[in-house]
Amino acid sequence: MDKFGFTISEGRQIDYESNDRRIAEYIFDREPSFRLCIECGGCSATCTTGNFTDFSLRELNILIKRGENEQVREKLKKCMLCGKCNLVCPRGVNTRNIVVLAKKAFQKSDEYAI
Amino acid sequence: MQFDPFVIPFNIGLYFILIYVVTRSVIWFHDLSKPDKLRLQRGFFGLAFGLSLKEIFMESLIHRKILKTNLRLGYMHMSLAFGWFLLILFGTIEADIFGAKHLNAPYKAIFFRFFNPDHGRMGFEAAYGFLMDLILAFILSGLVLAVTKRFYSKVVGMKKTTRLKITDKIALTSLWLIFPSRLLAESFTSGAYGTGSFLTGSLGSWLATFLPAQQMAYPFWWLYSISLGTFFILLPITRYMHIPTELFLIFMRNSGIKTGDQAGTYSEVQTYSCSSCGICIDACQLNFSAGITNIQSAYLMKAIRNNDDVSGIADNCLMCGRCDQNCPVGIELSPLRMIQRRGGEAVYDIRNIYKGYFRSRQTIVSEKAIGSLNYNFLPEPDQKKADILYFAGCMTHLTPTIKNSMIKILDASGVKYNFMDEQGGVCCGRPLMLAGLDKEARELINFNSQMIWKSGAHTFVTSCPICYKVFKESYYLDVEVLHHTQFIKRLIDEGSVKMNFLHKKVVYHSPCELGRGSGIFDEPKDVLNHVSRLEKCNFEDENSLCCGGSLANMKISSQNKKKIAFDAVNELTKNTPDILATACPLCKKTFSAVTETRVADISEIVAEALIIKPLKKISGSNITSIKELANI
Repeated sequence: MDKFGFTISEGRQIDYESNDRRIAEYIFDREPSFRLCIECGGCSATCTTGNFTDFSLRELNILIKRGENEQVREKLKKCMLCGKCNLVCPRGVNTRNIVVLAKKAFQKSDEYAI
Repeated sequence: MQFDPFVIPFNIGLYFILIYVVTRSVIWFHDLSKPDKLRLQRGFFGLAFGLSLKEIFMESLIHRKILKTNLRLGYMHMSLAFGWFLLILFGTIEADIFGAKHLNAPYKAIFFRFFNPDHGRMGFEAAYGFLMDLILAFILSGLVLAVTKRFYSKVVGMKKTTRLKITDKIALTSLWLIFPSRLLAESFTSGAYGTGSFLTGSLGSWLATFLPAQQMAYPFWWLYSISLGTFFILLPITRYMHIPTELFLIFMRNSGIKTGDQAGTYSEVQTYSCSSCGICIDACQLNFSAGITNIQSAYLMKAIRNNDDVSGIADNCLMCGRCDQNCPVGIELSPLRMIQRRGGEAVYDIRNIYKGYFRSRQTIVSEKAIGSLNYNFLPEPDQKKADILYFAGCMTHLTPTIKNSMIKILDASGVKYNFMDEQGGVCCGRPLMLAGLDKEARELINFNSQMIWKSGAHTFVTSCPICYKVFKESYYLDVEVLHHTQFIKRLIDEGSVKMNFLHKKVVYHSPCELGRGSGIFDEPKDVLNHVSRLEKCNFEDENSLCCGGSLANMKISSQNKKKIAFDAVNELTKNTPDILATACPLCKKTFSAVTETRVADISEIVAEALIIKPLKKISGSNITSIKELANI
C-alpha cells in the first residue's frame, strides 16, 4: 500500500475567520500604497538584507495581509531600511514606510509587544 | 505723583512679562547640562558676549538676513522691531530729560504725552517731538505692510504666509492696535493742547476741527494701555515669545552650545525662537512642487510649542536642509526634526491654555528597548588589506554604471584599493537613523567599522553622499572619509589620472546630503570644470534643489516625489545642457526617470574622459623576475 509514491502534505488552508488583520489594517490606513503591491518580488530580489539571509519583503507583505503576524514579528527586525526596494518597486509602493509602520503597530499592540 | 488708572493694564502686563521671562530663563539655565552651563558662563565673560550683542543688534533689530533675501519683508520686520526699540529708547530719554524728575517708572515714558500735554511747543522740545513722530511714522509704515501681508501675502514678495492659531490672532490684533492707538491718543492730546509735531500735531489739529479732542483722547489712552497689556500677557503662549527667546538663542549659539541628539534647553530655546515668519514655507519644495502645506518647519515648531502630536509632521520631510539654510534666526531645523523622529510618538497632555505658560519639559518616550540584536545574521566581518577602501553603497549598486566607472578610475590611477561591498555590503545605517532608529543603526555601524578596521586602509572612498555623511559624522574611525568627487579631485591634482576634455555643456546638481548636508560644494565643480564646460544655473550651492528621492521622507507618495523631481529637473535643464551631472546615485535615479536629458554621475563623465595608459613595455632583458612583473 505504501509504494504508490503519494505523500500527505500538511494542511495549508488559510483560516480567514481566525486570522488577525489588525496589523494589516493599521498599515492600510496609514499607507494606502500598500494595496498596490502586486507581489512581483522585485523588492526581495534587490534586498540588502536578503543578500545575507532568507528575508523577503514580498513574503512579509503576504504574511501581513494574511494576518500571520507571529511570523512577521521576528522577520521584520532584519530590515535595514536602506530603501532599494522602494526604488525598484514598479508600483510605487512606499515599502520603507510599511516596515516602519509594521514595527510601530507591533510595539503598540500588547499581544505582540517585543 | 503723576498717575492715572488707565496705566494699570500696561503695568500688569509689563511686570508679568518681566517676571515670567526671568523665571523662564532661570529654569532654562538650570536645565542645561554641566558642560553647557560652563560654556555659557565662559561665553558670557568672553568674546562671545560682544559678538552676541552685535548679532542681536543686526539680526533681532535690523533683521539683516531677511533684508538680504527679501527687502520688503525685511523692512516690515525691521520697522516693527527696530522702530519699537527706538521708540522705547528715545521715549525713556525724553521722559528722563523733560520729565519732572530723573529715573521715572516705565509707564511715564510710554504715556509721556498724556502726563505732559504741554510739552514740545518750541525749540529743542519740538525737535525732539519731531524725532518721536518720525519713529512712529516708521513703525506705522511697517504696520501697513504687515496688515496687508496678512490678507495678501504677495505684497511683501511671499507666496505663503503662516496660518495662525487663535491666541496668536488675539496677540496679533493687540500688536496691530498698539501703534494706531498711540497715534490717535497722542494726536487727540496734541490737538487739544495745540502741540505735537508733523504727524501727531497735524493729525491732531485736523481731528480737533470736528471732534472734541479733549474727551476723545482719554479712551484712546486706555486702548493703548490695554493693547500693550494684552500683548505682554499673551506673549508667552504665542509666537511672540520669540522676541525674548531669540536673545538667549544668540548668546547660547555664540557660546558654542550645540543641538545634540536629545531634547533639552537648547532645542526648547530654538523652538521658541521661531517667529513663524514663513520664510521656510516658501523655501520648501514640498510646498511649491508637491502642494503639501502643513509640515514645514514653522508648523513643526508651532506644533511642538502647542504640545500637539508632531509625528505626522516630523516624518513628512525630505531633510534637504533648504529651510535651515534660509531661516533668518538660524534655527537648526533639521536636527530639531531629527530629535522628534528619535522620540517616537510622545505622550501628549490634554491641551490647556494655562499649560502654555507652565510648559512641562518635553517628555520623550523612547520606543521599547529591543533585547536581542536585530542583525545577528550578519557574517563575521572580514576584509582584505588595502590602502584605499572603496564602498559603493546600496544605491550605487542600483546604478551600476557609477560603480563600474569608479572601478575604471581606480584601476587607471594605479592605487592599491579594495572594493568593500563588491558582493553587496551592509547598509551604512543612515536610512535607519533618518527613521529615528539609532540603536539599530549602531549595529550596522559597528559591523561596517570592523570591516574598515580589518582592511587597515587609511582612506575610505564612497560613491553615495548618504553613506558619506554617516561615515563622516557617526562612525568613529581613524581613516579619512572621502566622497568619490573629492577623491577624483585629488587624483587629478596629483596627476595620477589624465583626461581628455569633453566638449559638452554640463549643469551640476548639488545633492542635499553632500552639499548642504556635508558642505562639499567646490570639489565636484572643480572636477567638472576640468573635463567639461560647466554652466551656471539658478539653484547653485546652498540654494540647490532636492531631487525628491530623499530617503528621509517616510510618508511621501511616489506621485509627489515625481512632481518634485520634475520641477527640479525643469529648473536645472532650462539652458538645455548636454548632461545633467550629479554626485549621488539616488539623485541620478530619480532624475533619469523624469527627463530626456542625459543624467550622469561625475564619475561616469570622468570615466568617459579618462585616458587609459598603455601598459609599460618591459625593456631590456627578456627574463624578468616575478617581482618586476608585479610592479607593472
